[in-house]
Amino acid sequence: MRQTSQRHLKLISKRVNHISPSGIRKFFDLLASMEGVISLGVGEPDYATPWHISEAAIQSLEKGYTMYTSNSGMPELRQEISRYLKDTYDVEYNPAGELLITVGVSEALDLTMRAILNPGDEIIMPDPHYVSYDACIILAGGEPVMVPTSQKSNFEVSAADIEARITGKTKAILIGYPANPTGAVMSRDKLLTIAEVARRHRLLVISDEIYARLVYGAEHTCFASLPGVKENTILLGGFSKAYAMTGWRVGYAAAPKDIIAAMTKIHQYTIMSAPTMAQVAAIEALKSGESSMLEMVEDYNRRRLIIVRGLNDIGLTCFEPRGAFYAFPSIISTGMTSEEFSEKLLLEEKVAVVPGSAFGQCGEGYVRCCYATSLADIEEALFRMKRFVSKYRK
Amino acid sequence: MLKDILKVLEDDARTTTRQIATMTGTPAAEVTKLIKQAEKDRIILKYKTVINWDRVEDERVWALIEIKVTPEPEAGFDAIAERISQFPQVRSLYLASGTYDLLLVVVGKSEHEVADFVSQKLAHIESVQGTDTHFVLKRYKEDGEILEGGEGVKRQPVIL
Repeated sequence: MRQTSQRHLKLISKRVNHISPSGIRKFFDLLASMEGVISLGVGEPDYATPWHISEAAIQSLEKGYTMYTSNSGMPELRQEISRYLKDTYDVEYNPAGELLITVGVSEALDLTMRAILNPGDEIIMPDPHYVSYDACIILAGGEPVMVPTSQKSNFEVSAADIEARITGKTKAILIGYPANPTGAVMSRDKLLTIAEVARRHRLLVISDEIYARLVYGAEHTCFASLPGVKENTILLGGFSKAYAMTGWRVGYAAAPKDIIAAMTKIHQYTIMSAPTMAQVAAIEALKSGESSMLEMVEDYNRRRLIIVRGLNDIGLTCFEPRGAFYAFPSIISTGMTSEEFSEKLLLEEKVAVVPGSAFGQCGEGYVRCCYATSLADIEEALFRMKRFVSKYRK
Repeated sequence: MLKDILKVLEDDARTTTRQIATMTGTPAAEVTKLIKQAEKDRIILKYKTVINWDRVEDERVWALIEIKVTPEPEAGFDAIAERISQFPQVRSLYLASGTYDLLLVVVGKSEHEVADFVSQKLAHIESVQGTDTHFVLKRYKEDGEILEGGEGVKRQPVIL
Protein backbone atom coordinates (compact mmCIF):
# COMPACT_ATOMS: atom_id res chain seq x y z
CA MET A 1 0.00 0.00 0.00
CA ARG A 2 2.61 2.49 1.11
CA GLN A 3 4.77 1.65 -1.88
CA THR A 4 1.96 2.42 -4.27
CA SER A 5 1.33 5.74 -2.60
CA GLN A 6 5.05 6.56 -2.75
CA ARG A 7 5.05 5.78 -6.44
CA HIS A 8 2.02 8.00 -7.00
CA LEU A 9 3.60 10.87 -5.12
CA LYS A 10 6.56 10.71 -7.50
CA LEU A 11 4.12 11.14 -10.37
CA ILE A 12 2.79 14.44 -9.01
CA SER A 13 4.21 17.60 -10.54
CA LYS A 14 6.97 19.28 -8.54
CA ARG A 15 5.02 22.49 -8.55
CA VAL A 16 2.03 20.89 -6.88
CA ASN A 17 4.17 18.97 -4.41
CA HIS A 18 5.86 22.26 -3.56
CA ILE A 19 2.58 23.66 -2.24
CA SER A 20 1.83 22.56 1.29
CA PRO A 21 -1.75 21.47 1.91
CA SER A 22 -3.76 24.22 3.54
CA GLY A 23 -3.22 24.40 7.30
CA ILE A 24 -6.97 24.61 7.70
CA ARG A 25 -7.55 21.15 6.28
CA LYS A 26 -6.56 19.14 9.33
CA PHE A 27 -8.89 21.13 11.57
CA PHE A 28 -11.82 20.45 9.34
CA ASP A 29 -11.03 16.74 9.33
CA LEU A 30 -10.94 16.82 13.12
CA LEU A 31 -14.05 18.97 13.28
CA ALA A 32 -16.00 16.66 11.02
CA SER A 33 -15.49 13.83 13.51
CA MET A 34 -16.80 15.80 16.51
CA GLU A 35 -20.29 16.55 17.79
CA GLY A 36 -21.52 19.80 19.31
CA VAL A 37 -18.80 22.00 17.84
CA ILE A 38 -19.46 25.71 17.39
CA SER A 39 -17.64 26.71 14.26
CA LEU A 40 -16.22 30.15 13.73
CA GLY A 41 -14.12 28.51 11.06
CA VAL A 42 -15.86 28.61 7.74
CA GLY A 43 -15.60 31.95 5.96
CA GLU A 44 -18.96 32.20 4.28
CA PRO A 45 -22.30 33.85 4.98
CA ASP A 46 -24.69 31.88 7.21
CA TYR A 47 -27.57 33.11 5.10
CA ALA A 48 -29.10 31.25 2.21
CA THR A 49 -29.16 33.29 -1.00
CA PRO A 50 -32.01 35.84 -0.94
CA TRP A 51 -35.01 34.04 -2.36
CA HIS A 52 -35.72 36.39 -5.26
CA ILE A 53 -32.22 35.66 -6.55
CA SER A 54 -32.65 31.89 -6.30
CA GLU A 55 -36.06 32.18 -7.89
CA ALA A 56 -34.69 34.04 -10.90
CA ALA A 57 -32.34 31.11 -11.48
CA ILE A 58 -35.13 28.56 -11.03
CA GLN A 59 -37.25 30.41 -13.57
CA SER A 60 -34.39 30.45 -16.04
CA LEU A 61 -34.07 26.66 -15.69
CA GLU A 62 -37.79 26.29 -16.29
CA LYS A 63 -37.43 28.34 -19.44
CA GLY A 64 -34.60 26.15 -20.63
CA TYR A 65 -31.57 28.36 -20.02
CA THR A 66 -29.36 25.33 -19.61
CA MET A 67 -26.73 25.83 -22.28
CA TYR A 68 -23.28 27.45 -22.30
CA THR A 69 -23.19 31.21 -22.37
CA SER A 70 -20.69 33.22 -24.41
CA ASN A 71 -17.16 32.53 -23.13
CA SER A 72 -16.99 36.01 -21.66
CA GLY A 73 -20.31 35.54 -19.88
CA MET A 74 -23.86 36.68 -20.59
CA PRO A 75 -23.87 40.12 -22.23
CA GLU A 76 -26.61 41.29 -19.85
CA LEU A 77 -24.56 40.36 -16.81
CA ARG A 78 -21.49 42.15 -18.18
CA GLN A 79 -23.64 45.20 -18.83
CA GLU A 80 -25.05 45.09 -15.29
CA ILE A 81 -21.55 44.80 -13.79
CA SER A 82 -20.36 47.66 -15.96
CA ARG A 83 -23.29 49.80 -14.83
CA TYR A 84 -22.75 48.77 -11.21
CA LEU A 85 -19.05 49.71 -11.25
CA LYS A 86 -19.85 53.03 -12.90
CA ASP A 87 -22.68 53.86 -10.47
CA THR A 88 -20.88 52.71 -7.34
CA TYR A 89 -17.26 53.69 -7.95
CA ASP A 90 -17.41 55.87 -11.05
CA VAL A 91 -15.07 53.58 -12.91
CA GLU A 92 -15.87 52.60 -16.48
CA TYR A 93 -15.37 49.18 -18.01
CA ASN A 94 -16.59 48.27 -21.46
CA PRO A 95 -18.87 45.23 -21.16
CA ALA A 96 -17.55 44.08 -24.52
CA GLY A 97 -13.87 43.36 -24.00
CA GLU A 98 -12.99 44.63 -20.54
CA LEU A 99 -15.06 42.25 -18.42
CA LEU A 100 -14.91 38.48 -18.02
CA ILE A 101 -17.37 36.40 -16.01
CA THR A 102 -15.59 33.69 -14.04
CA VAL A 103 -16.28 30.79 -11.72
CA GLY A 104 -15.97 32.94 -8.62
CA VAL A 105 -13.08 35.22 -7.85
CA SER A 106 -11.08 32.04 -7.34
CA GLU A 107 -11.02 31.36 -11.06
CA ALA A 108 -10.41 35.01 -11.84
CA LEU A 109 -7.38 34.93 -9.56
CA ASP A 110 -6.01 31.78 -11.17
CA LEU A 111 -6.56 33.19 -14.67
CA THR A 112 -4.83 36.41 -13.71
CA MET A 113 -1.74 34.61 -12.54
CA ARG A 114 -1.60 32.29 -15.51
CA ALA A 115 -2.15 35.18 -17.92
CA ILE A 116 0.60 37.44 -16.61
CA LEU A 117 3.32 35.30 -15.06
CA ASN A 118 6.49 33.97 -16.65
CA PRO A 119 8.60 31.48 -14.67
CA GLY A 120 10.34 33.27 -11.81
CA ASP A 121 8.24 36.44 -12.00
CA GLU A 122 7.52 37.89 -8.58
CA ILE A 123 4.31 39.17 -7.09
CA ILE A 124 4.39 41.29 -3.98
CA MET A 125 1.57 40.74 -1.51
CA PRO A 126 0.76 41.42 2.14
CA ASP A 127 1.12 38.74 4.82
CA PRO A 128 -1.16 37.46 6.41
CA HIS A 129 -3.17 36.78 3.30
CA TYR A 130 -5.96 34.70 1.85
CA VAL A 131 -4.78 31.09 1.42
CA SER A 132 -5.22 30.95 -2.37
CA TYR A 133 -3.05 33.92 -3.24
CA ASP A 134 0.38 32.39 -2.91
CA ALA A 135 -0.83 28.96 -4.10
CA CYS A 136 -2.17 30.42 -7.36
CA ILE A 137 1.05 32.36 -7.92
CA ILE A 138 3.18 29.25 -7.38
CA LEU A 139 0.94 27.08 -9.57
CA ALA A 140 1.38 29.62 -12.36
CA GLY A 141 5.17 29.46 -12.00
CA GLY A 142 5.61 32.71 -10.13
CA GLU A 143 7.12 33.62 -6.78
CA PRO A 144 5.10 35.25 -4.03
CA VAL A 145 7.03 37.93 -2.14
CA MET A 146 5.52 38.71 1.24
CA VAL A 147 5.24 42.10 2.87
CA PRO A 148 4.67 41.73 6.61
CA THR A 149 1.73 43.58 8.12
CA SER A 150 0.69 43.66 11.76
CA GLN A 151 -1.96 44.65 14.21
CA LYS A 152 0.08 47.78 14.98
CA SER A 153 -0.69 49.13 11.52
CA ASN A 154 -4.23 47.68 11.51
CA PHE A 155 -2.98 45.12 9.00
CA GLU A 156 -2.78 47.74 6.28
CA VAL A 157 0.13 47.22 3.93
CA SER A 158 2.55 50.12 3.53
CA ALA A 159 3.66 51.40 0.14
CA ALA A 160 7.21 51.86 1.42
CA ASP A 161 7.37 48.21 2.51
CA ILE A 162 6.14 47.16 -0.91
CA GLU A 163 8.64 49.38 -2.68
CA ALA A 164 11.51 47.95 -0.64
CA ARG A 165 10.76 44.50 -2.09
CA ILE A 166 10.59 45.46 -5.74
CA THR A 167 13.23 43.73 -7.89
CA GLY A 168 13.80 43.38 -11.61
CA LYS A 169 11.54 40.34 -11.52
CA THR A 170 8.54 42.03 -9.90
CA LYS A 171 5.50 41.85 -12.09
CA ALA A 172 2.63 42.94 -9.93
CA ILE A 173 1.32 43.88 -6.52
CA LEU A 174 -1.56 41.79 -5.20
CA ILE A 175 -3.88 43.30 -2.60
CA GLY A 176 -7.17 42.12 -1.17
CA TYR A 177 -9.05 44.63 0.97
CA PRO A 178 -11.35 44.32 2.88
CA ALA A 179 -9.08 41.49 3.90
CA ASN A 180 -9.43 37.85 4.72
CA PRO A 181 -8.32 36.86 7.40
CA THR A 182 -7.87 40.20 9.19
CA GLY A 183 -10.97 42.21 8.30
CA ALA A 184 -8.70 45.18 7.54
CA VAL A 185 -9.84 47.94 5.20
CA MET A 186 -7.36 50.22 3.39
CA SER A 187 -8.02 53.94 3.37
CA ARG A 188 -8.15 55.79 0.07
CA ASP A 189 -5.03 57.77 1.02
CA LYS A 190 -2.98 54.64 1.66
CA LEU A 191 -4.19 53.08 -1.58
CA LEU A 192 -3.06 56.21 -3.41
CA THR A 193 0.47 55.71 -2.11
CA ILE A 194 0.44 52.13 -3.41
CA ALA A 195 -0.86 53.34 -6.76
CA GLU A 196 2.03 55.79 -6.87
CA VAL A 197 4.61 53.04 -6.23
CA ALA A 198 3.00 50.86 -8.90
CA ARG A 199 3.04 53.72 -11.40
CA ARG A 200 6.66 54.61 -10.71
CA HIS A 201 7.80 51.03 -11.20
CA ARG A 202 5.34 50.21 -13.99
CA LEU A 203 3.76 47.36 -12.07
CA LEU A 204 0.35 45.84 -12.40
CA VAL A 205 -1.93 45.92 -9.38
CA ILE A 206 -4.31 43.01 -8.85
CA SER A 207 -7.06 44.06 -6.49
CA ASP A 208 -9.30 41.35 -5.05
CA GLU A 209 -12.43 43.19 -3.92
CA ILE A 210 -14.73 40.28 -3.13
CA TYR A 211 -15.56 41.78 0.30
CA ALA A 212 -16.14 45.30 -1.09
CA ARG A 213 -19.71 45.55 0.12
CA LEU A 214 -19.03 44.21 3.60
CA VAL A 215 -17.71 47.34 5.29
CA TYR A 216 -18.82 48.83 8.59
CA GLY A 217 -18.44 52.51 9.27
CA ALA A 218 -15.72 52.64 6.65
CA GLU A 219 -15.77 53.33 2.96
CA HIS A 220 -14.47 50.88 0.42
CA THR A 221 -12.31 52.42 -2.26
CA CYS A 222 -12.27 50.57 -5.55
CA PHE A 223 -8.59 50.57 -6.49
CA ALA A 224 -9.33 50.96 -10.20
CA SER A 225 -11.27 54.14 -9.46
CA LEU A 226 -8.16 56.00 -8.29
CA PRO A 227 -6.96 58.58 -10.79
CA GLY A 228 -4.83 57.18 -13.59
CA VAL A 229 -4.50 53.59 -12.32
CA LYS A 230 -7.19 51.76 -14.27
CA GLU A 231 -4.83 50.98 -17.16
CA ASN A 232 -2.58 48.97 -14.83
CA THR A 233 -5.19 47.37 -12.62
CA ILE A 234 -6.88 44.00 -12.66
CA LEU A 235 -10.02 44.26 -10.58
CA LEU A 236 -11.55 41.04 -9.23
CA GLY A 237 -15.04 40.97 -7.83
CA GLY A 238 -17.92 38.65 -7.23
CA PHE A 239 -21.23 37.90 -5.62
CA SER A 240 -20.44 35.18 -3.08
CA LYS A 241 -19.97 37.23 0.05
CA ALA A 242 -22.26 40.23 -0.40
CA TYR A 243 -25.25 38.33 -1.75
CA ALA A 244 -24.67 35.07 0.15
CA MET A 245 -24.03 33.23 -3.12
CA THR A 246 -20.92 31.19 -2.35
CA GLY A 247 -22.24 27.98 -3.86
CA TRP A 248 -23.24 29.55 -7.16
CA ARG A 249 -19.63 30.13 -8.14
CA VAL A 250 -19.80 33.32 -10.10
CA GLY A 251 -17.42 36.28 -10.14
CA TYR A 252 -15.69 38.54 -12.60
CA ALA A 253 -12.48 40.22 -13.69
CA ALA A 254 -12.34 43.76 -15.04
CA ALA A 255 -9.15 44.88 -16.72
CA PRO A 256 -7.67 46.46 -19.85
CA LYS A 257 -8.72 44.75 -23.07
CA ASP A 258 -5.51 42.85 -23.82
CA ILE A 259 -5.34 41.39 -20.33
CA ILE A 260 -8.98 40.30 -20.42
CA ALA A 261 -8.34 38.76 -23.85
CA ALA A 262 -5.43 36.75 -22.44
CA MET A 263 -7.48 35.60 -19.45
CA THR A 264 -10.41 34.74 -21.72
CA LYS A 265 -8.10 32.54 -23.78
CA ILE A 266 -7.33 30.38 -20.74
CA HIS A 267 -10.92 30.53 -19.52
CA GLN A 268 -12.34 29.30 -22.83
CA TYR A 269 -10.01 26.31 -22.97
CA THR A 270 -10.43 25.29 -19.35
CA ILE A 271 -13.89 26.41 -18.20
CA MET A 272 -15.83 27.38 -21.35
CA SER A 273 -18.21 29.59 -19.44
CA ALA A 274 -19.37 30.17 -15.88
CA PRO A 275 -22.54 28.29 -14.87
CA THR A 276 -25.49 29.74 -16.77
CA MET A 277 -28.02 29.67 -13.93
CA ALA A 278 -25.50 31.33 -11.63
CA GLN A 279 -25.06 34.13 -14.15
CA VAL A 280 -28.83 34.64 -14.27
CA ALA A 281 -28.86 34.78 -10.47
CA ALA A 282 -26.05 37.34 -10.52
CA ILE A 283 -28.05 39.57 -12.89
CA GLU A 284 -30.95 39.46 -10.45
CA ALA A 285 -28.61 40.22 -7.54
CA LEU A 286 -27.28 43.34 -9.26
CA LYS A 287 -30.68 44.49 -10.45
CA SER A 288 -32.66 44.10 -7.25
CA GLY A 289 -30.53 42.55 -4.51
CA GLU A 290 -29.30 45.78 -2.93
CA SER A 291 -31.81 45.97 -0.07
CA SER A 292 -31.54 42.32 0.98
CA MET A 293 -27.77 42.67 0.83
CA LEU A 294 -27.78 45.78 3.02
CA GLU A 295 -29.95 44.00 5.58
CA MET A 296 -27.39 41.22 5.83
CA VAL A 297 -24.58 43.75 6.19
CA GLU A 298 -26.47 45.45 9.01
CA ASP A 299 -26.82 42.11 10.73
CA TYR A 300 -23.13 41.21 10.28
CA ASN A 301 -22.29 44.55 11.82
CA ARG A 302 -24.30 43.81 14.98
CA ARG A 303 -22.52 40.48 15.39
CA ARG A 304 -19.17 42.08 14.61
CA LEU A 305 -19.61 44.53 17.48
CA ILE A 306 -20.55 41.70 19.85
CA ILE A 307 -17.61 39.46 18.95
CA VAL A 308 -14.98 42.20 18.94
CA ARG A 309 -16.08 43.45 22.31
CA GLY A 310 -16.35 39.90 23.64
CA LEU A 311 -12.85 38.94 22.48
CA ASN A 312 -11.32 42.07 23.96
CA ASP A 313 -13.18 41.46 27.23
CA ILE A 314 -11.66 38.01 27.61
CA GLY A 315 -8.16 39.30 26.91
CA LEU A 316 -7.76 38.25 23.30
CA THR A 317 -6.97 41.72 22.04
CA CYS A 318 -8.52 42.40 18.75
CA PHE A 319 -8.22 45.48 16.54
CA GLU A 320 -11.48 46.68 15.08
CA PRO A 321 -12.04 44.96 11.74
CA ARG A 322 -13.90 47.34 9.47
CA GLY A 323 -14.63 44.87 6.69
CA ALA A 324 -15.38 41.27 5.64
CA PHE A 325 -16.78 39.07 8.44
CA TYR A 326 -13.70 38.11 10.39
CA ALA A 327 -12.23 39.09 13.72
CA PHE A 328 -8.50 38.40 14.06
CA PRO A 329 -7.63 38.49 17.75
CA SER A 330 -4.15 38.07 19.18
CA ILE A 331 -3.68 34.95 21.28
CA ILE A 332 -0.21 35.84 22.50
CA SER A 333 -1.44 36.18 26.10
CA THR A 334 -1.92 32.39 26.21
CA GLY A 335 1.69 31.67 25.26
CA MET A 336 0.53 29.17 22.66
CA THR A 337 1.17 29.05 18.96
CA SER A 338 -1.93 29.71 16.90
CA GLU A 339 -2.05 26.08 15.86
CA GLU A 340 -1.78 24.82 19.46
CA PHE A 341 -4.44 27.29 20.54
CA SER A 342 -6.86 26.26 17.80
CA GLU A 343 -6.34 22.56 18.33
CA LYS A 344 -6.71 22.73 22.12
CA LEU A 345 -9.71 25.04 21.87
CA LEU A 346 -11.38 22.60 19.53
CA LEU A 347 -10.62 19.53 21.64
CA GLU A 348 -11.28 21.05 25.05
CA GLU A 349 -14.09 23.52 24.39
CA LYS A 350 -15.40 22.43 21.01
CA VAL A 351 -14.98 25.82 19.38
CA ALA A 352 -13.43 25.90 15.92
CA VAL A 353 -11.31 28.86 14.86
CA VAL A 354 -8.62 28.96 12.20
CA PRO A 355 -4.97 29.36 13.26
CA GLY A 356 -3.48 32.56 11.89
CA SER A 357 -0.43 30.65 10.69
CA ALA A 358 -2.62 29.16 7.94
CA PHE A 359 -2.58 32.62 6.38
CA GLY A 360 1.16 33.11 6.36
CA GLN A 361 4.00 33.68 8.80
CA CYS A 362 2.65 37.02 9.96
CA GLY A 363 -0.61 35.37 10.93
CA GLU A 364 1.20 33.54 13.74
CA GLY A 365 -0.02 34.73 17.13
CA TYR A 366 -3.55 35.28 15.90
CA VAL A 367 -6.63 33.21 15.12
CA ARG A 368 -9.38 33.94 12.63
CA CYS A 369 -12.93 33.96 13.96
CA CYS A 370 -15.70 34.25 11.39
CA TYR A 371 -18.73 35.94 12.89
CA ALA A 372 -21.12 35.01 10.08
CA THR A 373 -22.87 32.68 12.47
CA SER A 374 -25.83 33.03 14.83
CA LEU A 375 -25.59 35.44 17.73
CA ALA A 376 -26.40 32.63 20.15
CA ASP A 377 -23.44 30.63 18.81
CA ILE A 378 -21.16 33.65 19.01
CA GLU A 379 -22.10 34.23 22.65
CA GLU A 380 -21.65 30.55 23.51
CA ALA A 381 -18.30 30.46 21.69
CA LEU A 382 -17.15 33.55 23.61
CA PHE A 383 -18.22 31.94 26.89
CA ARG A 384 -16.24 28.79 26.12
CA MET A 385 -13.23 30.79 24.93
CA LYS A 386 -13.27 32.79 28.13
CA ARG A 387 -13.12 29.59 30.18
CA PHE A 388 -10.31 28.34 27.95
CA VAL A 389 -8.27 31.52 28.08
CA SER A 390 -8.52 31.91 31.85
CA LYS A 391 -7.19 28.38 32.20
CA TYR A 392 -4.11 29.04 30.08
CA ARG A 393 -3.36 32.72 30.50
CA LYS A 394 0.28 33.29 31.35
CA MET B 1 -31.56 54.81 17.37
CA LEU B 2 -34.85 53.45 18.68
CA LYS B 3 -35.47 51.91 15.28
CA ASP B 4 -32.16 50.00 15.48
CA ILE B 5 -33.10 48.72 18.93
CA LEU B 6 -36.56 47.68 17.74
CA LYS B 7 -35.11 45.80 14.79
CA VAL B 8 -32.91 43.76 17.12
CA LEU B 9 -35.79 43.05 19.51
CA GLU B 10 -38.21 42.18 16.73
CA ASP B 11 -35.83 39.45 15.62
CA ASP B 12 -35.01 38.22 19.12
CA ALA B 13 -36.88 39.55 22.13
CA ARG B 14 -34.40 37.87 24.44
CA THR B 15 -31.44 39.97 23.31
CA THR B 16 -30.02 41.48 26.47
CA THR B 17 -29.67 45.19 27.10
CA ARG B 18 -25.91 44.78 27.16
CA GLN B 19 -25.94 43.04 23.77
CA ILE B 20 -28.18 45.69 22.27
CA ALA B 21 -25.94 48.39 23.68
CA THR B 22 -22.89 46.83 21.98
CA MET B 23 -24.72 46.21 18.73
CA THR B 24 -26.07 49.70 18.40
CA GLY B 25 -23.22 51.61 20.02
CA THR B 26 -25.59 53.10 22.62
CA PRO B 27 -24.85 53.20 26.37
CA ALA B 28 -26.79 50.47 28.19
CA ALA B 29 -28.61 53.00 30.39
CA GLU B 30 -29.82 54.80 27.27
CA VAL B 31 -31.03 51.50 25.75
CA THR B 32 -33.02 50.73 28.91
CA LYS B 33 -34.53 54.19 28.86
CA LEU B 34 -35.52 53.99 25.19
CA ILE B 35 -37.09 50.55 25.61
CA LYS B 36 -39.07 51.65 28.69
CA GLN B 37 -40.33 54.69 26.82
CA ALA B 38 -41.29 52.56 23.80
CA GLU B 39 -43.25 50.26 26.10
CA LYS B 40 -44.99 53.26 27.63
CA ASP B 41 -45.77 54.71 24.19
CA ARG B 42 -47.19 51.32 23.17
CA ILE B 43 -44.62 51.02 20.38
CA ILE B 44 -43.52 47.78 22.03
CA LEU B 45 -46.74 45.97 22.92
CA LYS B 46 -45.58 42.61 24.12
CA TYR B 47 -42.66 40.14 24.00
CA LYS B 48 -43.86 36.86 22.53
CA THR B 49 -42.56 33.58 21.15
CA VAL B 50 -43.18 32.03 17.74
CA ILE B 51 -44.29 28.47 18.42
CA ASN B 52 -44.93 25.59 16.07
CA TRP B 53 -48.03 24.25 17.84
CA ASP B 54 -48.31 21.40 15.38
CA ARG B 55 -45.34 19.82 17.14
CA VAL B 56 -47.14 19.94 20.47
CA GLU B 57 -50.44 18.32 21.27
CA ASP B 58 -52.78 21.20 20.70
CA GLU B 59 -56.49 21.11 20.14
CA ARG B 60 -56.89 24.63 18.90
CA VAL B 61 -58.44 25.48 15.57
CA TRP B 62 -57.46 28.50 13.53
CA ALA B 63 -59.68 30.32 11.05
CA LEU B 64 -59.44 33.36 8.78
CA ILE B 65 -62.75 35.16 8.61
CA GLU B 66 -63.57 37.80 6.03
CA ILE B 67 -66.34 40.22 6.98
CA LYS B 68 -68.25 42.65 4.83
CA VAL B 69 -69.64 45.52 6.91
CA THR B 70 -71.61 48.72 6.44
CA PRO B 71 -69.37 51.59 7.54
CA GLU B 72 -70.89 53.95 10.06
CA PRO B 73 -71.47 57.55 8.98
CA GLU B 74 -69.06 59.13 11.50
CA ALA B 75 -66.62 56.48 12.63
CA GLY B 76 -66.28 54.58 9.33
CA PHE B 77 -64.85 51.11 10.02
CA ASP B 78 -63.14 52.01 13.27
CA ALA B 79 -66.09 51.65 15.61
CA ILE B 80 -67.10 48.23 14.34
CA ALA B 81 -63.46 47.08 14.22
CA GLU B 82 -62.90 48.17 17.80
CA ARG B 83 -66.00 46.30 18.88
CA ILE B 84 -64.93 43.09 17.16
CA SER B 85 -61.40 43.44 18.60
CA GLN B 86 -62.85 43.00 22.08
CA PHE B 87 -63.65 39.32 21.52
CA PRO B 88 -60.83 37.23 23.00
CA GLN B 89 -61.27 34.72 20.16
CA VAL B 90 -59.99 37.35 17.72
CA ARG B 91 -56.23 37.10 17.56
CA SER B 92 -55.64 39.60 14.76
CA LEU B 93 -57.90 42.02 12.96
CA TYR B 94 -57.17 44.04 9.85
CA LEU B 95 -59.02 46.41 7.57
CA ALA B 96 -58.24 45.19 4.09
CA SER B 97 -58.77 46.35 0.53
CA GLY B 98 -60.67 44.08 -1.86
CA THR B 99 -64.05 42.39 -1.90
CA TYR B 100 -64.46 42.30 1.88
CA ASP B 101 -63.60 44.86 4.57
CA LEU B 102 -62.29 43.20 7.71
CA LEU B 103 -60.03 40.20 7.99
CA LEU B 104 -59.92 38.32 11.30
CA VAL B 105 -57.65 35.62 12.57
CA VAL B 106 -59.72 33.64 15.04
CA VAL B 107 -58.65 30.84 17.38
CA GLY B 108 -61.08 28.41 18.95
CA LYS B 109 -61.05 25.08 20.77
CA SER B 110 -62.93 23.37 17.94
CA GLU B 111 -64.51 24.03 14.58
CA HIS B 112 -67.78 24.01 16.39
CA GLU B 113 -66.68 26.80 18.70
CA VAL B 114 -65.48 28.94 15.79
CA ALA B 115 -68.75 28.31 13.95
CA ASP B 116 -70.65 29.38 17.06
CA PHE B 117 -68.58 32.54 17.29
CA VAL B 118 -69.46 33.43 13.71
CA SER B 119 -73.17 32.66 13.91
CA GLN B 120 -73.82 33.78 17.50
CA LYS B 121 -71.53 36.78 17.81
CA LEU B 122 -70.40 38.20 14.48
CA ALA B 123 -73.59 37.64 12.50
CA HIS B 124 -75.57 39.40 15.20
CA ILE B 125 -73.70 42.65 14.88
CA GLU B 126 -75.95 45.04 13.04
CA SER B 127 -73.52 46.41 10.47
CA VAL B 128 -72.13 42.98 9.52
CA GLN B 129 -73.49 42.18 6.07
CA GLY B 130 -71.83 38.85 5.53
CA THR B 131 -68.96 36.60 6.59
CA ASP B 132 -66.77 34.05 4.88
CA THR B 133 -64.91 31.61 7.11
CA HIS B 134 -61.75 29.77 6.05
CA PHE B 135 -60.46 27.12 8.44
CA VAL B 136 -56.69 26.77 8.50
CA LEU B 137 -55.75 23.26 7.40
CA LYS B 138 -52.02 23.51 7.79
CA ARG B 139 -49.57 26.21 8.79
CA TYR B 140 -46.44 26.60 6.71
CA LYS B 141 -45.01 29.89 7.87
CA GLU B 142 -45.69 31.84 11.05
CA ASP B 143 -44.45 35.37 11.66
CA GLY B 144 -41.69 35.02 9.10
CA GLU B 145 -40.58 31.60 10.33
CA ILE B 146 -40.93 28.53 8.13
CA LEU B 147 -42.39 25.80 10.34
CA GLU B 148 -41.13 22.60 8.74
CA GLY B 149 -37.86 22.16 6.89
CA GLY B 150 -36.80 25.68 7.85
CA GLU B 151 -33.77 24.52 9.82
CA GLY B 152 -31.54 25.43 6.92
CA VAL B 153 -28.72 23.61 5.25
CA LYS B 154 -25.62 22.75 7.22
CA ARG B 155 -22.50 24.45 5.93
CA GLN B 156 -19.87 22.11 4.56
CA PRO B 157 -16.33 22.50 5.79
CA VAL B 158 -14.40 24.27 3.07
CA ILE B 159 -10.98 25.82 2.93
CA LEU B 160 -10.99 29.54 2.47
